[in-house]
Amino acid sequence: MRYTQETAKLLNKSELARGIYNIVLSAPAIAGAASAGQFVNVLCDGYQLRRPISIAGYDAALHILRLVFEVRGKGTAWLAEREPGEPLDLVGPLGHGFPLSDPSRKAVLVGGGIGTPPLLPPARFYGANATVITGFRSRSAAILQADFEAAGAKTILCTDDGSAGFHGFTTQALEKHLGEASCDVVYTCGPKVMMRGVAKIAEAAGIPCYVSMEERMGCGVGACLGCVCQTKDKDGPHRTRVCLNGPVFDSREVDWDA
Amino acid sequence: MPDMSVNLCGVTLKNPVIAASGTFGYGMEYNEFYPVSRLGGISCKGTTLEERAGNHAPRIAETPSGMLNSVGLQNPGVEAFLSVYLPWLKQQGTAVIANIAGNSVEEYCAMAERLHDSDVDIIELNISCPNVKHGGVNFGTSCDSVAQVTGEVKKRCGKPLMVKLTPNVTSIGDIAAAAETAGADALSLINTLTGMRIDIRTRRPILYNNTGGLSGPAVFPVAVRMVREVYKRVKIPVIGMGGISSWEDAAEMMIAGAAAVQVGTANFRDPMACVKIIDGLEAFAEQSGLSSVTELTGTLTEWQ
Repeated sequence: MRYTQETAKLLNKSELARGIYNIVLSAPAIAGAASAGQFVNVLCDGYQLRRPISIAGYDAALHILRLVFEVRGKGTAWLAEREPGEPLDLVGPLGHGFPLSDPSRKAVLVGGGIGTPPLLPPARFYGANATVITGFRSRSAAILQADFEAAGAKTILCTDDGSAGFHGFTTQALEKHLGEASCDVVYTCGPKVMMRGVAKIAEAAGIPCYVSMEERMGCGVGACLGCVCQTKDKDGPHRTRVCLNGPVFDSREVDWDA
Repeated sequence: MPDMSVNLCGVTLKNPVIAASGTFGYGMEYNEFYPVSRLGGISCKGTTLEERAGNHAPRIAETPSGMLNSVGLQNPGVEAFLSVYLPWLKQQGTAVIANIAGNSVEEYCAMAERLHDSDVDIIELNISCPNVKHGGVNFGTSCDSVAQVTGEVKKRCGKPLMVKLTPNVTSIGDIAAAAETAGADALSLINTLTGMRIDIRTRRPILYNNTGGLSGPAVFPVAVRMVREVYKRVKIPVIGMGGISSWEDAAEMMIAGAAAVQVGTANFRDPMACVKIIDGLEAFAEQSGLSSVTELTGTLTEWQ
């Protein structure tokens, strides 16, 4: 039995930025099986479909699971109202996450907005060999910078309005970084247009790049074919399940024009 | 302990709970939660003669007490079904129902011929998929076309034939009677009701296909009413589905007239839904003093 349905207990909740919540849960089975880039499917009371939320942290020994999510609609609004001590019904860990190779290699992690949290586990893995480039609308929307620094990673903060860090896009910061430092692998999660730009830059530089895709999901385990993205390989184009075959794909498999 | 087995057109199911087509793949994913041998049967993902890519995403939209889907019959084709998935399914110890769809009567017939010698237990004729541009639902909305495709498939295939009906019709009873007369061995209903949701900011449908099929608890009372209507109209077994989420829903559907039930969308909310329904039904049958769960079927006493 690869999947677990677990009643987790909410231990701690905080609002990291407006509408962005951090929750820490006791979820022994899922925390013990999780790996970087996977997600959990969270049951929200009164809603038919579970909400897929990427795993921002896990500690098998402490039975801890950390999720960071944005209130996007009524389901996530319900989730944001939960208080410590309350139970949450989770299914997970789901999907195929980021392939982590060798922590002595140089990794660049590029995150946009609410796509940033799943980059925390790879940042921990690479530590001082990780450079984390994250982009937000403004200083007030920026999250997790201290967490990346605590993992030992170098951080490059970008804002759209220039209110903090580099005034510009993560793709511009990535190009600049690759011109100055060596890089063996790129991981990215965020808006599709950003990931497409990141993939293009990485591919041009001959660096392997892993992208974490997002799609509206049904079952979350690969049975319903609700959440496909367009991929390509030697056999031609495919509509591939984001929940099961992804959410992380080698950037060269993704057909960005579809 | 009550006998939980049911007989559907000569095939014995260990219990009356079948995983519904399109929500359960070929059973492999949910077998990671519990042994699918617990199930009475699995109705496999709708299969076509050739591989189909299905519709563009988004394919899923949530609705009050339900969801819309517009997958569009993405499947690897009947040959892959037979060579890759069926051998695995046959080892699981549950009845295998092949759900087949086509663009033309000829395609349905070719599928039926291909499955005639296979190990599938029952064929479910999907004439009710709302999400493909050609065929599918069109066959299910007139008595003539239902009778034609049912009759032609029946001639070419010795397997028990279950015809899956669409609720998007004026008189489900007439459609059911047409299928029975043409040779159907059982009927399953309801497939999804067509629906639409719109993103008010972009003024675009949420689904790339514009419309999709509504399922989940929202459709349950519609399904109960239609199962009842069909049960009163035909002699062949009726398999009830549409929004069943609990053992109470399953019992209600059986009392309305269902010989067995299918459970679909509920699996997404609770991956253990089918197992809980089986256990709950068994306990209910025992508490009700039944020797067999089949004693529930059609026992409704209507007012007047």
